[in-house]
Amino acid sequence: MKSLSGLLSILTGFIVISGGAFAAEPAVLQAEQTRTEIVKKVAPTVVAIFSSDGNGGGSGVLISPDGYALSNYHVTSACGDFMKCGLNDGVLYDAVIVGIDPTGDVALIKLLGRDDFPSAPLGDSDALVAGDWTYALGNPFLLATDFQPTVTFGMVSGVHRYQYPAGTFLEYTDCIQVDTSINPGNSGGPLFNAAGELVGINGRIAVEKRGRVNVGAGYAISINQIKHFMDQLRGGHIVDHATLGATVRSGPDRIVLVDSILESSDAYRRGLREDDEIISFAGRPIGSVNQFKNILGIYPKGWSLPLVYRRDGKKQEIIVELPALHGRSELAPSAGPKTPRPHRHQPKSPDEKDSAEAKLPKDELPAEYKKLFEKKAGFANYYFNKQEQQRVLAGLVPFAGWQDAAGKWTLSGKSADGDNLQIKLFPQALSAQFTKRAPGLQKLDDTDFLDEPPGSGGLLAALYQFKLLLTEGAPAFTEFSYYGSQPLDGRATTVDVLITKKSTIECRWYFRVTDGALVGFDSYLGPDVDGCEIRFLQLGDFQGRRFPNRLSVRYGDTQYGVFDLLSIETTSLSETSKQ
Amino acid sequence: MRHRCSSKNNSAAACDSGLRRIEGPVNFLRVPLFRSLIVGMSVLGLLIVANTASAQSTSETIASVSPKVVKIFGAGGSKNLYAYGSGFLVSPQGHIVTVWSHILDSDTVSVVLNDGRRFEGKVVAPEPPLDLAVLKIEAEGLPYFDLNQAISVGPGTRVLGFSNAFKVATGDEPVSVIHGVVAAKTSLAARRGAFESPYTGPVYVVDAVTNNAGAAGGVLTTWDGRLVGMIGKELRNTQTNTWLNYVMPISELRETVEQIISGRFNSKKPDDDDDEGGLTKKRPNRYDAADFGIITIPDVVARTPAYIDRILPGSLAETAGLHPNDLILFVGENLVQTCHTLKDELGRLESGDQLKIVVRRDDKLVSVVISVPKKMTE
Repeated sequence: MKSLSGLLSILTGFIVISGGAFAAEPAVLQAEQTRTEIVKKVAPTVVAIFSSDGNGGGSGVLISPDGYALSNYHVTSACGDFMKCGLNDGVLYDAVIVGIDPTGDVALIKLLGRDDFPSAPLGDSDALVAGDWTYALGNPFLLATDFQPTVTFGMVSGVHRYQYPAGTFLEYTDCIQVDTSINPGNSGGPLFNAAGELVGINGRIAVEKRGRVNVGAGYAISINQIKHFMDQLRGGHIVDHATLGATVRSGPDRIVLVDSILESSDAYRRGLREDDEIISFAGRPIGSVNQFKNILGIYPKGWSLPLVYRRDGKKQEIIVELPALHGRSELAPSAGPKTPRPHRHQPKSPDEKDSAEAKLPKDELPAEYKKLFEKKAGFANYYFNKQEQQRVLAGLVPFAGWQDAAGKWTLSGKSADGDNLQIKLFPQALSAQFTKRAPGLQKLDDTDFLDEPPGSGGLLAALYQFKLLLTEGAPAFTEFSYYGSQPLDGRATTVDVLITKKSTIECRWYFRVTDGALVGFDSYLGPDVDGCEIRFLQLGDFQGRRFPNRLSVRYGDTQYGVFDLLSIETTSLSETSKQ
Repeated sequence: MRHRCSSKNNSAAACDSGLRRIEGPVNFLRVPLFRSLIVGMSVLGLLIVANTASAQSTSETIASVSPKVVKIFGAGGSKNLYAYGSGFLVSPQGHIVTVWSHILDSDTVSVVLNDGRRFEGKVVAPEPPLDLAVLKIEAEGLPYFDLNQAISVGPGTRVLGFSNAFKVATGDEPVSVIHGVVAAKTSLAARRGAFESPYTGPVYVVDAVTNNAGAAGGVLTTWDGRLVGMIGKELRNTQTNTWLNYVMPISELRETVEQIISGRFNSKKPDDDDDEGGLTKKRPNRYDAADFGIITIPDVVARTPAYIDRILPGSLAETAGLHPNDLILFVGENLVQTCHTLKDELGRLESGDQLKIVVRRDDKLVSVVISVPKKMTE
């Protein structure tokens, strides 16, 4: 018997050796080894997501050591606010919803209980070309009961694909098409490039008459699109995509023309009109309507981006702010679990009543986790917005010391064009006096905020908001939230944005991401109007307190002025009331 | 399902088979082919590992092939009758080869090039027996495949499929590319009635899902971009619910395409009053029911069931125990749905074959075996 097995093993060995010789091209073996190494490296980051009640699920991928993971909205929406996540270490973790993108079919969740999760590095999905190799990992058909992800390997079939909206919101723009086998259950799982970097989230497959299985065309949401929304998702939002406020059509010779445009849109205010030819948008050339939709679809509402158009042979570049694709109420029902699954009724005989439950330990969510979820209109999970607010508010630390100066402020200075100014921010009223410019007066007795001084976009109202922020902070405002990050003025600087509202005025406060510094803000007197854009060019010291001593003020397309502040006199509230 | 069939020459047969392909019980393959496919795939699995080594040349191949593949938009649009397809350029003057399908039933089709330019395409000539059509757009200086450079490949060859599957590309987007391996080079065992396919010649069978909605008319190339074949239509075996990804070798199409382009083309279809699409004459007709003493009921409607009307006295059928009013269900392994298919099946018999017939008699199935006699007339 022993000799027989010995003979067998010799034979087997022989076969293996000759098999090796058959496929012994070193490049082939090298490629195989590279693949297995990559799979070994990325597999620990792949998440098998299950709903808490054990019904349904999908896939996801960890992107940070503290447990943030990406998935599809259509996966998490079926799972509820808390879900169970298995990793290939065999452990099942609790996870909480953080932010959702119902339009782009993306969800951000946070796995709980560790701060050293393995995480996947984010790649550059725009660097992909047709023919590149990709790995899809995940939990197709929910096979991975031991949480070991299934690996499929295939080719990029096309990039920058546009997939028409399916159902209500879902629209895949600028997505990656692969012949890598993606099947139901792969949803939300990662698509890695040949180097093992995360380049997409698998979410959609071509399904026709063959049933819900792969037929050679799967689609992944590009990671570059998700990067644009990442900070909004981290901020617990139900994020929305953008529109231009204009529709476009194909013209002759593969040009794209503005078909119609909303007069309330920022694009209209910046000068874009019907029949203008759109040449580029967000730095990418536009050659077809689909291309335009593709590019527009990857940006969040509220971003400002450069657009180049041609009219009468003349090229013009504008920075346009993008309005929201949906109304707030349209997306609001997206939060929380989708219509709860009806409980599967399982008939029990009276004597076995609850015996199963009695034996199994009850899976109660720890109390410390429960507080990680907070409901609020417009948010998937407001708890995470508060966390981000705290993080960003650290940018106000250099402006400390104004809290005890909530009384009268008198700012004096001069402008670059030789104008002198004196601005008074008093509790009852605001005023501005110049030697050259028109003066402004804004009462604070519940009268509407106006464009005072005229042509500034409401500079007085804006400075008043700034005073409120520095003296009273968040409690001064009726709404206070972290918005996410975006390129400032459509340019390279990325800023974290806080949004405040008080009566009709909305302010957007910009904190440079690299160092957290507050670099300026926009103040809007109402919806669909240009804001008063204040940028801090330089900070100075005023009686031991920091304040910008050089400010640029823009309104729409015009520079209202650049002002140097020479002095700020302040009083405390008590002093004010004494007088 | 509406189907526009009227306007084109020769379209009746093609439309008819197209319709049946989608609706009817279509069985085009005998099991051994699938078996060889699976064996082929498992043997070849090893070879695929070479892939990653050649990424650079792959993108070069894709860049050179994609501009020669076009998107075609035409008739259709209802469920299962998609209004889009693929084709490829075979001359710098805009000759395009594609499959002969319902998409071409509209008077003109829209042809969109890789760079997004849109042209009106006209059908120069169809050749339904090859499931082929040649279109022409008015353009010059286009990138194209030289059909004389096309090559034949064997099983195990790694290939790329290019097509506008699922209409993913509509304008200037490149068509989709997928990768696979030629699993077999074989003949589509197409048999009218029971096993039917729009094309009946030699094919490459591919292990990847090349044949999707809109993919027919796309190309299969080697990894260095040499043309191998034209991707065929979607083809399903309703018995097993499996789908076959087949590709027609260029060598089968080249002569016809060249004839069409040069204007010397005569369809293989013999005459217009024969609605069997030229296939009738080739089909063997060695035996008929009367040779066994079986007289079926008159074949008067399109799908007359094969009921036995009379049995000739002293015939083989009588000896075997067949009765009038028996309904013939199977000849050999093949389902007989109509008198027509019975005729086909019997026509294929050779002397010395064991003819196995299954009939339904009342509520029972009865099986008989008849030795096929030598025929004096042969």
